[in-house]
Amino acid sequence: MAGTDNISQTLYESTFRWSHIIRVDGRMNLRGCLLVLTGILMLINLYMIFMVAPTDAVLGHVQRIFYFHVPLAIVSFAAFLVVFIASIAYLFKRDAKWDKIAHSSAEVGVIFITLALITGMIWAKPVWNAWWLWTPRLTTTLILWLIYVAYLMIRSYAPSQSKAAIYGAAMGIIGFADVLVVYFSVQWWPGIHPTPVVGPLAASGSLDSTMRSVLLFSFLTFLALLTYLIMERIALHDTEERVRKIRFSLRRARQDVISGD
Amino acid sequence: MNEFLRPIGVLLWKDILLELRSRELVISLLVFGIVVVVVFNFALNATPQLVTAVTPGILWVAFAFSGVLAMNRAFVREKEEGGLDGLLLSPISRDSIFLGKAAASFIFMLMVEAVLLPVFAGLLNFSPASFSLVLTIVLATLGFAVVGTLFSAITVQTRSREILLPVLFFPVILPVLVGAVEATKQSLGGETLVGLGHWLPLLGAFDALFLVICPWLFSVVVEE
Amino acid sequence: MVVNPSPHDPSPSDEAPSDKDSPRLVEPPSSGEAIVVRGLEKSFGEWPVLWNLDLTLRWGELVALFGANGVGKTTLLRILSTQSKADAGSVQVAGFSPKRNPQAIRRRVGVVAHQTFLYEDLSCLENLVHYGRLFGLKDPRERAEEAISKLGLSNRSGSRVRTLSNGMQRRLSIARAILHRPQILIFDEPEVGLDRESIKSLRAVLEEWTEAGLTVIMTTHDLDLGLSWAHRAAVLSGGRIQFPAADEYMDGVQVRQMVASALEPGR
Repeated sequence: MAGTDNISQTLYESTFRWSHIIRVDGRMNLRGCLLVLTGILMLINLYMIFMVAPTDAVLGHVQRIFYFHVPLAIVSFAAFLVVFIASIAYLFKRDAKWDKIAHSSAEVGVIFITLALITGMIWAKPVWNAWWLWTPRLTTTLILWLIYVAYLMIRSYAPSQSKAAIYGAAMGIIGFADVLVVYFSVQWWPGIHPTPVVGPLAASGSLDSTMRSVLLFSFLTFLALLTYLIMERIALHDTEERVRKIRFSLRRARQDVISGD
Repeated sequence: MNEFLRPIGVLLWKDILLELRSRELVISLLVFGIVVVVVFNFALNATPQLVTAVTPGILWVAFAFSGVLAMNRAFVREKEEGGLDGLLLSPISRDSIFLGKAAASFIFMLMVEAVLLPVFAGLLNFSPASFSLVLTIVLATLGFAVVGTLFSAITVQTRSREILLPVLFFPVILPVLVGAVEATKQSLGGETLVGLGHWLPLLGAFDALFLVICPWLFSVVVEE
Repeated sequence: MVVNPSPHDPSPSDEAPSDKDSPRLVEPPSSGEAIVVRGLEKSFGEWPVLWNLDLTLRWGELVALFGANGVGKTTLLRILSTQSKADAGSVQVAGFSPKRNPQAIRRRVGVVAHQTFLYEDLSCLENLVHYGRLFGLKDPRERAEEAISKLGLSNRSGSRVRTLSNGMQRRLSIARAILHRPQILIFDEPEVGLDRESIKSLRAVLEEWTEAGLTVIMTTHDLDLGLSWAHRAAVLSGGRIQFPAADEYMDGVQVRQMVASALEPGR
């Protein structure tokens, strides 16, 4: 039957014809390339984390979570920096492009920072026998999480799309400005657990050089992943906007026809 | 300069007048504050040492939650009667509108704190007569008022605004809470201004930063 | 006699011209039209409301704007009063552009809308004095009392707005609109909730306005009232205004037909 032929044809193509991902309509598809690149990087990264990086003398294999936790946290901060810049750009230029960038970065950033918090907790448990500890990094990460979840909430509760963009931009600017103050207040807070000089939480200065390279590579991998996901999300926003525009012109056309009689 | 300050004074006077008439805000904040202290007292089932240690925290939790209640009301009344639109139709700058509302909230919160403070001092057994404590309260409350007024203007136009305001407010206001609690701890422990270290400057920096950002964001948020 | 700046010259001392000299109503600018709109577009998200909208209002005329519910009359009025911003097109109110000089426009328009803009816990006088101060009037109290008496509310001027009936609150909101002696009145269904006496005094106020050379644009659902008060009538439908040209004067029958067909269900 013609129908099933088409389905099996499409399945075949999407499984085996990888060139579809990289090239669309004869042009290089940036997103597709980035997807492939990220996939490859991640495979290498996993190999490096589990095979190449030396086992920690004190903690054993659990320490490898470190190679996930730290890049996730830092890369999500990068995402929120993007939210900040895009929010400012949107308020000055009022171009929907900036709003899409801000919204997408915030969404992906929240996912990354949630993972950072979770990996942080997974790490904390075997090390200190506690799921949570008020260290400067974890505390700041938690507050950042709260702020950007609030960002997403205010957008979804806003009365209209354009208001959502404006409220989001306001929150994006305030959130980022706040992070600076939060950073200082958390550093000085006596109630906070000090960052140990040696051991698993130590500053990266005391890292073995192989560990440092693995960490760096992991950081690059997650950065690529972040970029790819943000671009995908923006593309989704673009599609939504196209649908909206079509509805919009249909409505106008209908009105014109009615009143033109 | 006068053109800028005058409308702020007009708005402030109007809000004070309204509050004197209805009295709903100040009284409910007072009662709420006292309830918080009593509840904490029983919940913690405390020995005197524990109470002393925890007092700054209790104080600021009470002040912060009262602050949220006050903020919630700031624009609700305006929204209901179209007051905000009326303000927007007047030839005054959006910054003035924001500062007028923030000043009103600031003053109300200070009034409530001024009454609550001796009450807490009595219940929790400390002396409120300290310049550094007063300064801390003023700076922190200013931070609450500025941030809260902006968020109130945003959330008043959304659904679930009573839930949304605390969710927005508290994460952003956290540095103020940390600073206020630490500064309070030190002034209750007998520190003079000098010994307070970085806390008062932190509060001051927060206030300065958000006094610049929030009026601008308000004018953006409030336009149609 | 007050000398007014030409509409294209935003004056540095940007007060409502009547404040200093003129004992009664202000003289309109000698040149230009009161309101000029070209190619106005406004939509809410996916919903287009106004597009290709042209409108010209001259000084000294009262224009009644008709149209079905939800067609965008209020939206248009909000754009003229600077409460909303247009998406595209050019708008000139009293010679000023809302984008560049919204404060100048706000000084020169008086708005009556569905909301009253009044604070229920303040008295009539307190409400108007408050707005008078916001508008920077030199003698807010006297002007408030004058506006209140013009709308026949003097005997209740000390009562809280909460205690007034609906009709009285609407009258007070009209008093608020004329308080600062604006040049253009933008009234959204002002006759709603008013009794016969109040409607008569409203008509008197509006006639006084246009006789002084000032302009009124009002929306209404009351065909007879609108047609009898207005110099010109316009109908908003399909996102734009029929009867846009300044030269066209209404023909009662024509307008009725037009309005009736615009109000047909399904539009």
